Amino acid sequence: MADYLVQFGSPEWLAYGSVAIVQCLILLTVMMGAAATFTWMERKVSGRIQDRLGPTRVGGRFGWLQSPADGIKLLCKEDLMPAEADAVLFRLAPYMSFCASFCVFLALPFSNGWVAQQLNVAVFFILAVAGLEVFGVVMAGYASASKWSLYGAMREAAQVVSYEVPLGICVLIPVMVAGSLDLVTIGNMQQGWGWNWMIFHSPFMFITFFIFVTCAVASTNRAPFDLAEAESELVAGFLTEYSGFRWSVFFMAEYGSMVAVSGLGAILFLGGWYGPIPVADLIGLPHSNHPILGWLGELLGACNFLFKAILGVTFMMWLRWTLPRLRIDQVMTVCLKYCVPLAATMFVGVMLWTYAFPAGLLPRKTPIGPNPEAAARMTVETTGGDRT
Amino acid sequence: MRIAKKYQDRYQEMPIERVDPELVEFDVRTDEMLINMGPQHPSTHGVLRLVLRTDGEVVSDVVPHIGYLHRCAEKIGEKVSPRQWLPYTDRMDYLAGMNMNLGWAMTVEKLMDLDVPDRARHLRVMMCELNRIASHLVAAGTYGLDLGSFTPFLYTFREREKILNLFEDVCGARLTYSYITMGGVTADLPPGWLDKCERFLCEFEEVIPELHAVLTSNEIFIRRTAGIGVLSPEMAIDYGCSGPVLRGSGVKWDLRRDGEPRVTRMYEDYEFEIIAEHEGSYPQDRDDYPVVPPQAVLGDCWHRFYIRMVECVQSIRLIRQAMEKYRECDGPLGEPIKVTQKLPKGEAYLETEAPKGQMGFMVVSNGTAIPWRVRARSSCFCNLSVTHELCRGFLLADIPAIIGSLDIVLGEIDR
Amino acid sequence: MNVADIVDQLKQQLADQVMRADLECVDPWVEIAAERLHDACRFLRETPELHFDYLHCISGIDYLETDPRKAKRIDWEPHFELMYHLSSMQHRHRIVLRVVLPRWRDGVEGRLLEVASVADIWRTADWHEREVYDLCGVSFTGHPDFRRILCPEDWEGHPLRKDYETPEEYHGIRVK
Repeated sequence: MADYLVQFGSPEWLAYGSVAIVQCLILLTVMMGAAATFTWMERKVSGRIQDRLGPTRVGGRFGWLQSPADGIKLLCKEDLMPAEADAVLFRLAPYMSFCASFCVFLALPFSNGWVAQQLNVAVFFILAVAGLEVFGVVMAGYASASKWSLYGAMREAAQVVSYEVPLGICVLIPVMVAGSLDLVTIGNMQQGWGWNWMIFHSPFMFITFFIFVTCAVASTNRAPFDLAEAESELVAGFLTEYSGFRWSVFFMAEYGSMVAVSGLGAILFLGGWYGPIPVADLIGLPHSNHPILGWLGELLGACNFLFKAILGVTFMMWLRWTLPRLRIDQVMTVCLKYCVPLAATMFVGVMLWTYAFPAGLLPRKTPIGPNPEAAARMTVETTGGDRT
Repeated sequence: MRIAKKYQDRYQEMPIERVDPELVEFDVRTDEMLINMGPQHPSTHGVLRLVLRTDGEVVSDVVPHIGYLHRCAEKIGEKVSPRQWLPYTDRMDYLAGMNMNLGWAMTVEKLMDLDVPDRARHLRVMMCELNRIASHLVAAGTYGLDLGSFTPFLYTFREREKILNLFEDVCGARLTYSYITMGGVTADLPPGWLDKCERFLCEFEEVIPELHAVLTSNEIFIRRTAGIGVLSPEMAIDYGCSGPVLRGSGVKWDLRRDGEPRVTRMYEDYEFEIIAEHEGSYPQDRDDYPVVPPQAVLGDCWHRFYIRMVECVQSIRLIRQAMEKYRECDGPLGEPIKVTQKLPKGEAYLETEAPKGQMGFMVVSNGTAIPWRVRARSSCFCNLSVTHELCRGFLLADIPAIIGSLDIVLGEIDR
Repeated sequence: MNVADIVDQLKQQLADQVMRADLECVDPWVEIAAERLHDACRFLRETPELHFDYLHCISGIDYLETDPRKAKRIDWEPHFELMYHLSSMQHRHRIVLRVVLPRWRDGVEGRLLEVASVADIWRTADWHEREVYDLCGVSFTGHPDFRRILCPEDWEGHPLRKDYETPEEYHGIRVK
């Protein structure tokens, strides 16, 4: 898109700048909309699990206006800061978390080519940026001048940093199979019928998916790994002294990263924007056939992708309201004694599987595996491209 | 501090009382942290203040501070007659009001050498056992909440709601009943109550396996509670622990069977089991009790919790027997004593088996209608005193697990 | 064992320091002198046939009639009593120990009574004795952690005494 604007004679910096702003605005809208929707959905889902209704008054029978109402309330709240809190860090912390969570969306494709920045190191970028969220949390915990917040922050730091290892290994496995760090490429390799999905590539990959789910839940601090914000022990952990808008920023960061890891899991394992039945192909909608209808096909893909992300988020909510919380040493045990060795074993297993069956056992539409010319072609064709 | 413009003229700087850092409660090494789990905390089950001395996450000492809910009930007891003091007992362990009432009523009856007729006796058993279930449900639900499992809380409170509705039908109150008084009970059952009670018992029996699945047999729950806060039987007896805390350590002691004759007479023709581990196993009424996990050590949090869950089943049994006996019994109901009844001179002390332990009341009388001294010996008071022994060496996250397993109610501790 | 035998054994152990006993009343009690309390408790705990291992309750009772009209009709002198309710789980017997003390030490008002602490015999006595100190004003010598338990640390006065006057203010908060 930026190239079009340059062609029309606008200076490069303006073109790229405005395109970037537009993309950011779209993603911000998506993220905030997601946060609002998921707060409502969390309350409804938790209500139903607990044998009660969720919000039913604000906004008709289903209470869908509850999220905007809560948002307005949070904006109108008094801006409190503990007297002994570190002013700069206290104010900065929520935005750090939010930025880290938001940046993941920059490289996360919603459909074929629908991505803010198509990086050919997308996976690497996402892992790196998602790990920055811990800075916001530690800053919040330290700056709150409360021992309880500090506890939450320390636990969080330990947890997120240690779970990055098995998460990285789990993410590395489909990357190794696909031969590319580019998420669009990985997604496109799962075209066709359901068995093309990466999760069905090998039994090892199947197990890897579940390890990925565990590590993803741990890295987003959702129950049963939510001891950083453990409500019953630490009041609200590192969030204790936050109220009003700052709290809602943290919350958006949390829901944003939930959607992001669900989306990442969907692309890496569950076929991305391709559904189990290739409807778009069957009714003749791929991009190459017809530009506008192809766009419709991609929209269908985006809906698929969002559906899978929502499914992932719902699963995380379901987990939260069912299971008790693990203690910090148990969390570390699960990571270091179970997840890391298992993930490493799966890595070796998948490696041997791809060596034994290079084309995979099931008939695939798109050949799986590293394909340099296709990768080069794709980078040139699609939007933006990266500029290394 | 920023003040809004329109309040600036009214605002006065409040003097901040800064605590002199030289005045600390006890020595603190530089590598230790002194943390206050203050009176307001989600998982201290009331206004309990715990001062923890920790080295990182490992707790080395816990000092409980109580008295935030002290309402001078004993001093008030020296000004009012026993029947007038009955509502104060309700508010001690407010989750088990019937049992508190029973304790006080029976103490005064012991002093006056008064026996209640059988009909009232069966009613008392029914109400006390229903309240035992209600109290254990709260204990189970809030214990799950402490550990991070939010859902069982609502399931248990849904069942407790039905019990409170039953109580409302009987005496008009949902929490503070003053139903069981000296001489019997204040009123007979309304028509249709027994059927409602039976319906509740049937519904509750279906819910118990759900609660076991989501709590007792849950792997994460077991990891959080098994082997945590192990209390040896000798220490339990030495610290005066009672109820599920004592039985969780393997001591098979229940005042309904082992108490004073006045208390055991109340339950003399009832069949029920005392739930305590005997030679490695628990009395099995049903086949679907969860299995004791291998990580659980006798005297740990898991056992205390498990005993409460299984006691609910025994209570269901007792209630059904009580209902049957009540239907067959056609004697008088008994008259509560007059408010201005003079008490004989002397002292009487009686302990009854409340859901949380042995609740004792003492009345000292000088011959008038107003007692000279009233004393309430709280079960949770003694159960809480053992906390510092249980919590040593465990992680910060285990403190709510241990306190929750002791099942304390500050109303009873502070009176 | 029935109470009479227990009291006999106690009398033997303590010679003449066991003053009174009432075995016919609702809760049979034995009066022990304050100086021999600790020995008596240790004897009751450690003798195998007695083995009183469970201390239920320690209560303080203040005997003072503040109403002058009723004071004319009473037949006892103002004094203070401590009651210890003990039982044995093994032998299933119960006893009540009674300690009669003057209201204040040496008759001087405000000087707290001193009694030996039995917290080293039954650990539960720790908190019960703190409560008796807090509410009734008896100090226990040899107590491991002697401070108030229910009232705030800097509260003045002992509320369950019959002549206790509620203070007007506490740290600027009106009490009365």
